[in-house]
Amino acid sequence: MRIQCPFCGERGFDEFLYLGDGGFVRPDATEPQAQARFVEAVYFRDNPAGPHVELWYHESGCHSWLRVIRDTRTHEILAVAFAHELSHR
Amino acid sequence: MTTKYSFINLALEAFRGHRGWKPVWRDAIPKAAYDIIIVGGGAHGLATAYYLAKIYGVTRIAVLEKGWIGSGNAGRNTTIIRSNYLLPPNTPFYEFSLKLWEGLERELNYNTMVSQRGIVYLCHSDAQRDAYARRGNAMRLHGIDAELVDIDWIRRKLPFLDFENARFPIQGGLWQGRAGTARHDAVVWGYARAASSLGVDIIQNCEVTGFIRHGEQVLGVETSQGEIRAGKVGLAAAGSTSTLSAMLGLRLPIESHVLQAFVSEALKPLIPCVLIFGAGHFYVSQSDKGGLVFGGDLDGYNSYAQRGNLPTVEDVCESGLAIIPSLGRVRLLRSWGGVMDMSMDGSPIIDRTPLGGLYLNAGWCYGGFKATPASGLCFAHLLARDEPHELASDYRLDRFATGHLIDERGVGAQPNLH
Repeated sequence: MRIQCPFCGERGFDEFLYLGDGGFVRPDATEPQAQARFVEAVYFRDNPAGPHVELWYHESGCHSWLRVIRDTRTHEILAVAFAHELSHR
Repeated sequence: MTTKYSFINLALEAFRGHRGWKPVWRDAIPKAAYDIIIVGGGAHGLATAYYLAKIYGVTRIAVLEKGWIGSGNAGRNTTIIRSNYLLPPNTPFYEFSLKLWEGLERELNYNTMVSQRGIVYLCHSDAQRDAYARRGNAMRLHGIDAELVDIDWIRRKLPFLDFENARFPIQGGLWQGRAGTARHDAVVWGYARAASSLGVDIIQNCEVTGFIRHGEQVLGVETSQGEIRAGKVGLAAAGSTSTLSAMLGLRLPIESHVLQAFVSEALKPLIPCVLIFGAGHFYVSQSDKGGLVFGGDLDGYNSYAQRGNLPTVEDVCESGLAIIPSLGRVRLLRSWGGVMDMSMDGSPIIDRTPLGGLYLNAGWCYGGFKATPASGLCFAHLLARDEPHELASDYRLDRFATGHLIDERGVGAQPNLH
């Protein structure tokens, strides 16, 4: 499995650290349902058989956080982008 | 026609040219309705069906399997059985399982090749020895055999290890003599045969494609062989659990990950027990055919592919060579991957679900094989009585919300690290 890092180019996946579900949104701790939302955010993640949005960290490269869309049935990488660019939108 | 396996029957069949043996289980065609449907024809699902029929007297049971029985993780593990756990809910549960393993062949009248050759966890630092002493003491408090062994013991037992390794010096280990291995396929076939003879319908090539539900009640399943109604539906589908629950809009604290396992070419008897390298993640035993069966870490990313990547193969083999350098010329024969239902604290879930009529047996991470008999029995208890078995009452689905996590490795909600 090789990931096309937008900065470094195509690299083997062993250069990267995997964080998992990229759909994670930190809940607002002040809202009334915060505790239930945190349980949901920390423990209950998407686990699809198919395209999966996930975060990878290029540890042995440029140290960027990447948002990768990957098919969990075939390991095919469908899209890669810097996570910080997406989070600013 | 011969049904029971015994020396007399074997001798009689030998004179008849072995023409009297019949298939060990009945390949059933689905009926319109059952009392209980188990989704997943692996070892856990078949064990559940067997104990439901044997102990709890449920008669109309079906086990649905999308491929052939034992084609998932039941046939993809490294066949180790042990009960050397530290935390209270796990220690008695896995010990119960080991006790069931000890009587399994007589129970099923099937040779599951349970071999209590022992397991040793090597320790490589003072801190690790302390941690093993603590774990061993926890085991002994539960009446389980555990022994802290020194380096001389290790030298006598396993003289081929690298005792000159400066980076990971072997200091001793934690030994459990009653641990060992079992033949995984035979476990599947043994439970299938025993369940089938008690009237359980084992239905292969029957993939669940949806659920029949009325409001918050599950009434049955839609399958590739048509609709089947059921009083209760139990999921024992390992890595596919999330895909099934997603059909009901149910999210679970589970990620599916790929774990690879390996077998070498056959060697003369070398490794007399199960061996765990304490400084890396590497476990190995030698099968009766002579192949070294070994494994290591998960690949580390979500996967349903049942195959992994080469860097992990390299990493596992490096770990093995770090502790057994003499394996350097041994050739790898096969490697394969299984889809693990990694839970968020590394411990399983045997519980009811928010939906009526739907029960869950999942989150076995990569320790499910050794749990097979106890998992089946406790899940059968839950399905039959609608209340948890006392040994599995902590394996609750709501523990992630209440904070009663069972995290043996203490790494938190990081499924790829458990």
